[in-house]
Amino acid sequence: MQTVLSIAIDALAYGMVLFVISIGLSVTMGLMRVVNLAHGAFAMIGGYIASYAARDLGIGYGFAVLLAVFGTVIIAVPIERLLYRRIYGAPELTQVLMTIGITFCIIGIANYVFGPTLKTVPLPGELQGSVDLGFRAIAVHRLFAIVCGLAVAAGLWYAIERTAFGVKLRASVDNAAMAAALGVRTEIVYAVSFAVAVGLAAFGGVVGAELLPVEPYYALRYMVTFLVVVSVGGAGSIPGALIACLLLGAIDTTGRYLMPEFGEFFFYLAVIAIICVFPRGLAGRAKG
Amino acid sequence: MTMTTTNEMTAAPPAHRRIANADLIGLAVILLVAAVGYFLFPNNLALLTRIIAAALLVLSLDLVTGYCGVATLGHAALFGAGAYAAGIASAHYGINDPLAMLAFGIVAGAVAGLICGVVILRAHGLPQLVLSIALIHLFHEFANKASSWTGGSDGLSGIAPTALFSLYEFDLWGRTAYVFGVALLVIVFLLLRLIVRSPFGMLCRGIKEDPIRIRSMGASPKIALTKMYVISGAVAGVGGALNAISTQVVGLDSLSFTMSAESLVMLVLGGTGSLFGALTGTVVFMFFEDVVSAANPFHWLTMVGALLIAVVLFAPKGIYGTAAALITRRREAP
Repeated sequence: MQTVLSIAIDALAYGMVLFVISIGLSVTMGLMRVVNLAHGAFAMIGGYIASYAARDLGIGYGFAVLLAVFGTVIIAVPIERLLYRRIYGAPELTQVLMTIGITFCIIGIANYVFGPTLKTVPLPGELQGSVDLGFRAIAVHRLFAIVCGLAVAAGLWYAIERTAFGVKLRASVDNAAMAAALGVRTEIVYAVSFAVAVGLAAFGGVVGAELLPVEPYYALRYMVTFLVVVSVGGAGSIPGALIACLLLGAIDTTGRYLMPEFGEFFFYLAVIAIICVFPRGLAGRAKG
Repeated sequence: MTMTTTNEMTAAPPAHRRIANADLIGLAVILLVAAVGYFLFPNNLALLTRIIAAALLVLSLDLVTGYCGVATLGHAALFGAGAYAAGIASAHYGINDPLAMLAFGIVAGAVAGLICGVVILRAHGLPQLVLSIALIHLFHEFANKASSWTGGSDGLSGIAPTALFSLYEFDLWGRTAYVFGVALLVIVFLLLRLIVRSPFGMLCRGIKEDPIRIRSMGASPKIALTKMYVISGAVAGVGGALNAISTQVVGLDSLSFTMSAESLVMLVLGGTGSLFGALTGTVVFMFFEDVVSAANPFHWLTMVGALLIAVVLFAPKGIYGTAAALITRRREAP
């Protein structure tokens, strides 16, 4: 029973961190149809900035998170304008190459600037330790990650379903040309959603630094995981991504707890099985 | 239908001769480059053999990516399967004849190709890409865990190939391995030229252009692509076996994502959809890698990334594709 509970809590926290990082990828992929392999690299940049700010400059955790989110967005927006702009609508192979090139560059630069060691983001006192739920103690950080995930999910749901911007966004996802013809400035929608996506990635990178440790190969190591979430959930679908994150988090964490010697084996096996059964993702819309 | 056949018949002799000429020129260039490499770098034949093994992998990737339009980031699975099969045959079963090891590599590569093909071809677009990445990780994890067979992260050692045809020992300088590699490359190259020009090769190209139309013409895209995947696996298996025979050790890196990504970079650098492009890209990339990564392995990754971005932005057809386009334009100009 104890094991089941701790697996459940860890799986939930891991799934929520995955969700915060990959939801941006899912939205941009559904919107711009760009296979963005560099998304994990942006999460990594966020982690590095937060680590640098909190550990080396001694800035408080909250500020470090803000700094990480905005710093990453500031780094990412020029990349979007200069490089991503050119591959919208390009064949998949081109997009893969371009974004994997960007990932390699970011890894190389991070390795050069910060060194190959693992970076930690020191937690403030309030997030350390554990709370007693009466029957069981839970690490506060895990709870924090879960709450952040839920908050992001709720915030995004509100922004997409209830605001004017959300209407434009959904219109552009469904049919960009038609939305543009009706007066939606799609390039602004693209830019804003890209910035939000990158900001969320950075946020997730910082919040999840305990679970997905920040190091130069972060971007490659978890790239698969993020892409898997999107393709399992179906690009552009928030509920799909949420279900996919919880499912994959559960599979991965359970595998690690019960059969640690097999590492990621079951995770990838599950991924292959899920995609083979649902080639368009769990919540993917059938085309044509 | 009769129209086209008569047209083909009248146009056939010159076209055939031109293609045969291209084959001969390609063959001559390969042999020339191989000979130049042999005499320029007599102390570095191991690197040249590694380049040949990589070239076989890139050729195999070109078959599915360039000719069939399947974007995959997991192609090293086929290469690694060949390498491990050849290595295990030698290290665990005492099958030390290089040609037998090669046969094991080819069969294992083809089987891995069949598995990967069946799985990867189930989806399209992003899911397809994710499947290919998940597959390479699965293969990697499997090889890592089955350490009593594969040596795990220590690598598989104890591979001791006997003399080729019982005549030519695999010497310390790697001369035999190099010549063996060049011979394999030439044979594979000529076979692939035949395959990509055959009706089957044309069918695959047609599938890349328009799968729905091919299906409406009565052919099955899936079966054709799976066949191509098996062929591609056999070619990658040749490369893997060559690598195992020449280096006498098989590491987990031959089943890694990085290897898959790098082979894709080589292919795109040279130009997809052309066997010459695949070879050009491999040679340029591997030389470049040897020079730069010797200086600083960290900068190497940054350089590869920058190179990729530059190729996508400025030379989407790759080195060979751009050069070929320039030459034909020059030829048509006067």
